[in-house]
Amino acid sequence: MEKFTTLTSRAIPLAIENVDTDQIIPARFLKATDKQGFGGNVFRDWRFDKHGNINEDFSLNNPTYSGSILVAGDNFGCGSSREHAAWALVGYGFKVIVSSFFADIFKGNALNNGLLPVQVSEVFLKSLLQTVEAHPETNLEVNLENQTISISNSEVSESFDIDPYKKTCMINGYDDIDYLLSKKEQIEAFEAEKTY
Amino acid sequence: MGKTLFDKVWDTHVVDSVQNGPQILYIDKHLIHEVTSPQAFNELEARGIPVYRPNQIVATADHNTPTLNQDLPIKDELSRKQLEQLSANCAKNNITLYELGHKYNGIVHVMAPELGITQPGMTMVCGDSHTSTHGAFGTIAFGIGTSQVAQVFASQCLLLTKPKSLRVTVNGKLKNGVLPKDVILYIISKLGTNSGTGYFCEYAGDVFENMSMEGRMTVCNMSIEMGARGGMIAPDETTFEYVKGREFAPKGETFDKKVSYWKTLPTDDDAVFDKEYYFDAEDIEPMVTYGTNPGMGIKISESIPVDDNASFKKSLEYMNFEAGESLINKPINFVFIGSCTNSRIEDFRVAANFIKGKQKADNVTAWLVPGSKQVEAEIINEGLKDIFENAGFELRQPGCSACLAMNDDKIPQGEYCVSTSNRNFEGRQGQGSRTILASPLVAAATAVAGKIVDVTKDIETLELA
Repeated sequence: MEKFTTLTSRAIPLAIENVDTDQIIPARFLKATDKQGFGGNVFRDWRFDKHGNINEDFSLNNPTYSGSILVAGDNFGCGSSREHAAWALVGYGFKVIVSSFFADIFKGNALNNGLLPVQVSEVFLKSLLQTVEAHPETNLEVNLENQTISISNSEVSESFDIDPYKKTCMINGYDDIDYLLSKKEQIEAFEAEKTY
Repeated sequence: MGKTLFDKVWDTHVVDSVQNGPQILYIDKHLIHEVTSPQAFNELEARGIPVYRPNQIVATADHNTPTLNQDLPIKDELSRKQLEQLSANCAKNNITLYELGHKYNGIVHVMAPELGITQPGMTMVCGDSHTSTHGAFGTIAFGIGTSQVAQVFASQCLLLTKPKSLRVTVNGKLKNGVLPKDVILYIISKLGTNSGTGYFCEYAGDVFENMSMEGRMTVCNMSIEMGARGGMIAPDETTFEYVKGREFAPKGETFDKKVSYWKTLPTDDDAVFDKEYYFDAEDIEPMVTYGTNPGMGIKISESIPVDDNASFKKSLEYMNFEAGESLINKPINFVFIGSCTNSRIEDFRVAANFIKGKQKADNVTAWLVPGSKQVEAEIINEGLKDIFENAGFELRQPGCSACLAMNDDKIPQGEYCVSTSNRNFEGRQGQGSRTILASPLVAAATAVAGKIVDVTKDIETLELA
């Protein structure tokens, strides 16, 4: 897994609540058996109509916006457990998703793919969305070590929470398999002694 | 302080705790299917890690399978390859697979309970968010991502932070015609789609105590639609009776011993939950959804609420509905009865009892998709197939089908579908499709009328089972 420490980037606004993983990657694209190639179809049915025509109103298609940070509405990533959603966002080039609330499974999937979910207050989210929409050239700074997200060249900043174990994994590029395999003896002992 | 059902099952499965971090939770049963497993197998192979406990894994093909002509080769090349890869991965790793056409094949959350694989007090996972279904047995069951599928393959464990606890209590007597699906749609409409995020939910009260196992599965299935990773119901005589005698259930003395243990699992009287909600059964009516998330539900006799929120308006625009209008008399051209929420025999009995002696409306395409080969066989053996076909309904072969429309079972652009599935997201049932979630009764009534009708009007006289 790729390491994550800090990121300074412009952001793309997506001011929609309850973005579900079916929107992030529709089910018809889940037939692939590897992790590559999903980026091109991220938000497919919002970016394109049924005939493949581009929807120019959609923020990802708006050339004003760019960057590897997505600033999205409340309850991002709800619905299906498909990790393809995280692969698609990473494949498209996102490294950070900012929202006021993340669905559990999506959050875990993101962390397992080096995609940092940054949960901020509703007030802060609103101000981020307003800033990015009004001044698309604005850079945001995400610092995982200090657990802060800021608007560059401003006093506007907020700290965010992350599980300390997951933070270490993100900073060092570790994944859970390495850790679990190092506990094999304990797992075997548990199996031998389990009481239920 | 007493323990909750969730605490008791969780605590017995903790192998170790990471300092200031998550716990290592042991997983008893791992269910897999063709869509979320291939990348996990690839990962293990690339890293040279063997599958640790293949005998605790059961596989089925369900998401991406056709519901017609299952005996013929699959036409879609990508789908065929995905299924072939599942077969190859299972063969290589000695994993039991109920492939297409096998007598035990079916939707993963229908197949495992009916075979007795799902048992109280277990931990179960699957790369599918509706794994919460199995919580109906007093099981900790939840959906995982593919990275976690790989972790369970490698170690039979997961690193997890213990979720908070939530209890939803519904007491009283349900009105005639109000089904388990209506109960859960009602709860989600009241609590919203993220009230359960970070929590494991227990459903308690006489409504669930009096519910069949199939009804309990319908309820627990949709826990994820309010954000909860899982939902549980305390195991009781109904649970033990259901499990007893099934293919992989413990037998004889072992079963009796298990039952004695399972009886210790229900939440202690003095246990405290982080959050509690209470509802009255009498307040619940048949439900329908009007928007693009499962929390956007109303009683069938109510009107769509008015709300200025931009996402709410976007949702109504997608559905082509107006705030304040009723859904009664809306013409409907597609009806789907199926999915891991409502594709068990009781669901088809409810539908058949309503449909018997009636005819499907001419404008309606009505698909009935059983949850498994075993359910399909029951439908035929009980004579329901004849009822359905005489009424113009199409009985298809088992699978996830139009719930997520990965196969050819897609609702066309702009069309409404009254569906017994679990998600009404934009395009969920096909690009541009518009889903209205409902119970099998409301779905059957819609198919007969060709439009949404107020089933509450006939509710006293309805014969359901």
